[in-house]
Amino acid sequence: MPLTSQEIQKIASLAKLDLNPSQEERMLGQINAFFEIVEQIKSVDTSSVAPLSHPLATIQEVSLRLREDRVSESNQRELNQKSAPEVQKGLFLVPKVIES
Amino acid sequence: MSELHELSLKALAKALQSKAVSARETSEHFLKRAKAHTTLKPAANPFQAPQHLGDPSHSSGAFVSFNEAFTLELADQSDLRIAQGTARRLEGVPIAHKDIFVTQHFPTTAGSKMLDGYCSPFDATVVTQLQDEGMVNLGKLNCDEFAMGSANENSAWGPVKNPWDNTRVAGGSSGGSAAAVALGLCPAATGTDTGGSIRQPASFCGITGIKPTYGRASRYGMIAYASSLDQAGPMAKTAEDCALLLSAMCGGDPDRDSTSLDLPKEDFSRDLHEPIKGLRIGIPKEFFSDGLHAEVRQSIELALKELEALGAKLVPIELPKTELSIPVYYILAPAEASSNLSRFDGVKFGYRTKEYKDLDELYRKTRTEGFGEEVKKRIMIGTYVLSHGYYDAYYLQAQKIRRMISNDFQEAFKNCDLIAGPVTPQVAWKIGEQNTDPLANYLADIFTLPASLAGLPAMSMPCGLGASNMPVGLQLIGNYLGESRLLNVAHQFQMATDWHQKVPGASK
Amino acid sequence: MSANLIHGYEVVIGFETHTQLTTRSKIFSRAATAFGAEPNTQACAVDLALPGTLPVMNRQAVERAIQFGLAVGGHVSPLSIFARKNYFYPDLPKGYQISQFEIPVVQGGEVEFFLGQEKKTVRLVRAHLEEDAGKSLHEDFVDQSGIDLNRAGTPLLEIVTEPDMRSSAEAVAYAKELHKIVTWIGICDGNMQEGSFRCDANVSIRRPGEALGTRREIKNLNSFKFMQQAIDFEILWQIEQLEEGHKIIQSTVLFNPDTGETKAMRTKEDSADYRYFPDPDLPPLVVASAWVDDVRAHMAELPRAMAARFVKDYGIPEYDAITLTQTQAMAHYFESVAKASSQPKMASNWIMGELSRKLNAAHLGFEACPLSALTLAAMLSRIADATLSNNAAKVVLEAVWDLSPDGLEPLAWIDRVIDQKGLKQINDTKALEVIIDGVLSANADQVEQIKAGKDKAFNALIGQVMKASQGKANPKDVNDLLRAKIAAL
Repeated sequence: MPLTSQEIQKIASLAKLDLNPSQEERMLGQINAFFEIVEQIKSVDTSSVAPLSHPLATIQEVSLRLREDRVSESNQRELNQKSAPEVQKGLFLVPKVIES
Repeated sequence: MSELHELSLKALAKALQSKAVSARETSEHFLKRAKAHTTLKPAANPFQAPQHLGDPSHSSGAFVSFNEAFTLELADQSDLRIAQGTARRLEGVPIAHKDIFVTQHFPTTAGSKMLDGYCSPFDATVVTQLQDEGMVNLGKLNCDEFAMGSANENSAWGPVKNPWDNTRVAGGSSGGSAAAVALGLCPAATGTDTGGSIRQPASFCGITGIKPTYGRASRYGMIAYASSLDQAGPMAKTAEDCALLLSAMCGGDPDRDSTSLDLPKEDFSRDLHEPIKGLRIGIPKEFFSDGLHAEVRQSIELALKELEALGAKLVPIELPKTELSIPVYYILAPAEASSNLSRFDGVKFGYRTKEYKDLDELYRKTRTEGFGEEVKKRIMIGTYVLSHGYYDAYYLQAQKIRRMISNDFQEAFKNCDLIAGPVTPQVAWKIGEQNTDPLANYLADIFTLPASLAGLPAMSMPCGLGASNMPVGLQLIGNYLGESRLLNVAHQFQMATDWHQKVPGASK
Repeated sequence: MSANLIHGYEVVIGFETHTQLTTRSKIFSRAATAFGAEPNTQACAVDLALPGTLPVMNRQAVERAIQFGLAVGGHVSPLSIFARKNYFYPDLPKGYQISQFEIPVVQGGEVEFFLGQEKKTVRLVRAHLEEDAGKSLHEDFVDQSGIDLNRAGTPLLEIVTEPDMRSSAEAVAYAKELHKIVTWIGICDGNMQEGSFRCDANVSIRRPGEALGTRREIKNLNSFKFMQQAIDFEILWQIEQLEEGHKIIQSTVLFNPDTGETKAMRTKEDSADYRYFPDPDLPPLVVASAWVDDVRAHMAELPRAMAARFVKDYGIPEYDAITLTQTQAMAHYFESVAKASSQPKMASNWIMGELSRKLNAAHLGFEACPLSALTLAAMLSRIADATLSNNAAKVVLEAVWDLSPDGLEPLAWIDRVIDQKGLKQINDTKALEVIIDGVLSANADQVEQIKAGKDKAFNALIGQVMKASQGKANPKDVNDLLRAKIAAL
């Protein structure tokens, strides 16, 4: 079933994107057209198939590599904040975050 | 000796080692050529007058940033090492990097206004590895925004023009890399391939490029598009050059990338000269469906005959889920992308909107203004398929079909050693042509997506010129970790043919 | 379950506790986890989610989770999955939190503790690994917040219970027991002020036998005192709502220590569609059984096991055993005293009683107890052999509490103090009879009363005898002799 204007706005708000009416219409058209070719996957019987997340899991067990608990990062605040939009006293500034 | 930019990377490396030419001369030569073909249009402020580094009519849109002082400093260090006899394997050979790799000495934008002027505090592992082999970093190359696209038309820097016909696209997302190599602006370039982003532009621009097995090359410092698919790879004139570069780019990165494989460095040149007699090459019938344009079909069939002439055996195989790879890819990649791109929120780095009344508006306006149309579309699709109530029907189902696609390849490899077919159904199309039909771009990826989803090594090499005199690429797909076999076949093909030596007039 | 209803309502409480794990480096990066550094000086490129960065898992964090799983008798999952929890917040640099969703590393388990004399068991649903977020600082900025990401990426183990608790007291007792376990096995420093141990309480009420009511989650309770206050307030608030005919709306609330009230947080409009999916940057976490066995082999004896052993080896009541295993120091102190004096029950009484009182008064733990276990053991053996009465022993304790035995063996030292203070109990009947005769003749009238059946007077006489003996008489002997003599009169 094609997406509605409401749904597209809900998704946009989850993704923190704004869509003006004309963008919304274009987006709706394109996404709905896309989902027409997507529908075919629903008819595929995957009941006996496990999802594949890391491609090589096709041929071997892939497991998480663990590192030793060592500290090797020194303070790079200066460098790391070089491209920050707004910084004061080493803190990243944002409009007031309301807690309650 | 012919012009430096006409030499293969291997020949150039030899010339440098033998002091026939200095690293500085080499870098200056390529910088001069690159700049002559470059017009820099700052991503964030399109209204600012473009900065013409050369004749605007020659602008290819391939390069997006230079740091001449740094480049020449590296070149001088190389000359010193060569003089001292401590030269490394690729000492003094210039290379340029897709702007998706973060670099300390060049801005990194990923083709997005979102990262206008972003300076990374560190180098991508791949960039470091190549520099450690003595390579000199020439600059950064244009690409589709966050590597999302098949034509390099989705870049805040503007489109990359195809060197063979500047009214046509260079392909994407590594369009800048492909065009720069084809034009001889650099002897080699790095690219990344998520759904075909190395193979397709290589094919459109008539060069050679390889995407290794997923996990071969480190993803650290490669701005993530779709984490479970992204792979870095080299793009150059010949398979032999690619083998040299790939040997430098691979080898695990255990401390930085949990998805990189625990494998030692490997010499991918080792099998180049093996004969391919008796080699079984699988031909998937799904790759030769009606969608395949005649001019492409013709070149591919001639190339396959050539491989037969070299002693290979062609075996018909089936990859029944080929068509499904389009919806599966365009669900999985956007899903991962929607999450990977959440860090671009105007708080820690990059673009921030000018006016906002509260936090939510800061987020919304920053992301709405910072991202381009295609990126926003994929973020929307990805957010949707992961949202409550749809996860199982879309994301999970796609992950399961992904395994089926992967299993199909394993079935096929029981009867063949590698797989060959077209890279794309058609040659490079006209700039702007497919903007009217956005789906067409997605459908054009049909032959590159399956290997990406399975994480298999795959490459593209020139195998002909179509009726429109545009390059056609032959795709070779190997089994896991089978890169050296792929490069071996490609090299044998290139020994017997000269398609890889054809260069566009614009490169003269 | 216990039937302590409030205004006819049954209280149902479940807990989610975030414990910061004791690792040097962060869960997915190599930056330090130390508390209190200058803003963003311990936030490396990975913690800041700079473009191109990727997570790499810290082995120690996993080992901590395994230790916890074993400590609570949970199942350590051989395979668990890291997932992304997607939402936008300034203290969440990636725009998603790496956590465990469908398959957590620890599944099940339980926490046992005493509520007064009553033994309670709270079942655990799961314990999963995740990364902590940064902090938003609201002070010293007008209309703005400052974001410090030093804490971002600190390893957390989130421990989730079943809704098994039925009162604020039980909830606090659970939290204290959990706190005891994680600090005992050393996976968390337990510092609640610094936020190393943060509790969220899910509170709901219902009429007995009814289905679970709608819950409200009280966030970030970082002191046992506030925990009790907050839950009590919340319970009464919910009862009031229902009594007034309102519905409880599921929500997240914060406790305000100044007002002593809980207040619902403003809920964001697109509330909670976290779009969980397996993190493609992190393959499945595999924990081999050999690893679990190895951790088990190197684990300190757990409070529960130690308590059980105390009951078995020393024949003390379970209540004593549980109390004595509050901290490792107390438990070890008890064991040395019990061994050296071979008077376990007496040791238990003195340690839970007199010593705990004195240490609490001095704000000391058993690790800092000035009185050595051997000295106490020596004193107890003198009580056991009737050299000391309990009262006299208290005097001895005072005398030796923070003195050094100046080179003497504990027993010799104790004996010297007994002599110096003349506290030796009179066990010689002759001497005692003399005292008693004296008292009897001096109190003829009271003897009469006793004979008339007024037993109060008898106790008075005992008191007199003890007084006359300066407390050295053995109370039991006094009692027997006195009865005999009066009867003989």
